[in-house]
Amino acid sequence: MLSDFGVILLFIITGLAFVGLVLFVGSLLRPNRPNLEKLTTYESGEEPVGNANIQFNVRFYVVAIIFVLFDVELVFLFPWATVFGQKSLIEETNGLWGWFSLMEMLVFVALLALGLAYAWVKGYLDWVRPQPKIPELKTPVPASLYEKINQKYTTPRPPPY
Amino acid sequence: MVQIVFYLFILLTLGSAFGVLLTRNVLYAAFFLLLTLLGVAGLFVLAGADFLAVSQIMIYVGGVLVLIIFGVMLTHTKDAGQTDFTRPNYVLTRHRGWLWALVVAGGIFSVLYSALVRANFVLFGREPFFESTVDTIGRQLMTEFVVPFEIAGVLLLVALIGASTLAASSRPDR
Repeated sequence: MLSDFGVILLFIITGLAFVGLVLFVGSLLRPNRPNLEKLTTYESGEEPVGNANIQFNVRFYVVAIIFVLFDVELVFLFPWATVFGQKSLIEETNGLWGWFSLMEMLVFVALLALGLAYAWVKGYLDWVRPQPKIPELKTPVPASLYEKINQKYTTPRPPPY
Repeated sequence: MVQIVFYLFILLTLGSAFGVLLTRNVLYAAFFLLLTLLGVAGLFVLAGADFLAVSQIMIYVGGVLVLIIFGVMLTHTKDAGQTDFTRPNYVLTRHRGWLWALVVAGGIFSVLYSALVRANFVLFGREPFFESTVDTIGRQLMTEFVVPFEIAGVLLLVALIGASTLAASSRPDR
């Protein structure tokens, strides 16, 4: 068992070493000519405005907290999955073992599915959409007058060729 | 060889724990906590608790740390003005009081220390052996501890309902 984890550790160390090596060799080869555009924080092509330390929307938190709870459920599922289909256990109990463990796990999953259904019905999973601010013009002039003026001063377009 | 790896993991855990304490940047503290939890997972593996190590990585590194980072992201800071584009944005803490932290940490440490010193570990005198514990845990979970297992399911249900209700109550649309 320990040697299996040793292999994982070797993979992690090799991955880190490879990243370090590639970046080091790259720093030797590449020309170094920084300018303001290159050093800007990457924002998918947008100009970054303000500070990164803003208050994010709380909708992410609700999803994250539900995710953590299902993460815990998954941890329970793993040891169950290793013993659920074991042939020796099923043959010893005349098939009862498989049905019993399947039923137990179905009850367990159904309990959490109930919680998810609750959160769904209550609308906690709904994405909070920001309300668009439609600009309003408070003026005594009726809209039809504007329309008239627009039509009066519209230059007729040249016909398309 | 195993001993060297063991000491390296201890170094990783303690070093990044000190990093959590010493850095003023809240986000760096969260990432140092990631290294600490990974180091603890490595120590779990070396103690022969492979399932505990994997669940440590899954729950703490994969889940709880994400929640902590969301906590940093959701915290409101008032005077976060325009920063230089080409420099990192620092999320600095202004709270530098260490008295209460020391009291709480010292209390937990003394309780744990006295419990561990008094405990009588059966496996201490034996030769160390490594075998996968997942199979044993699964078999025990389905036979001897099947009722606590289902109660854990109910507990998770309660936590799911309570947490989503609390988290959603602060949403702007309700």
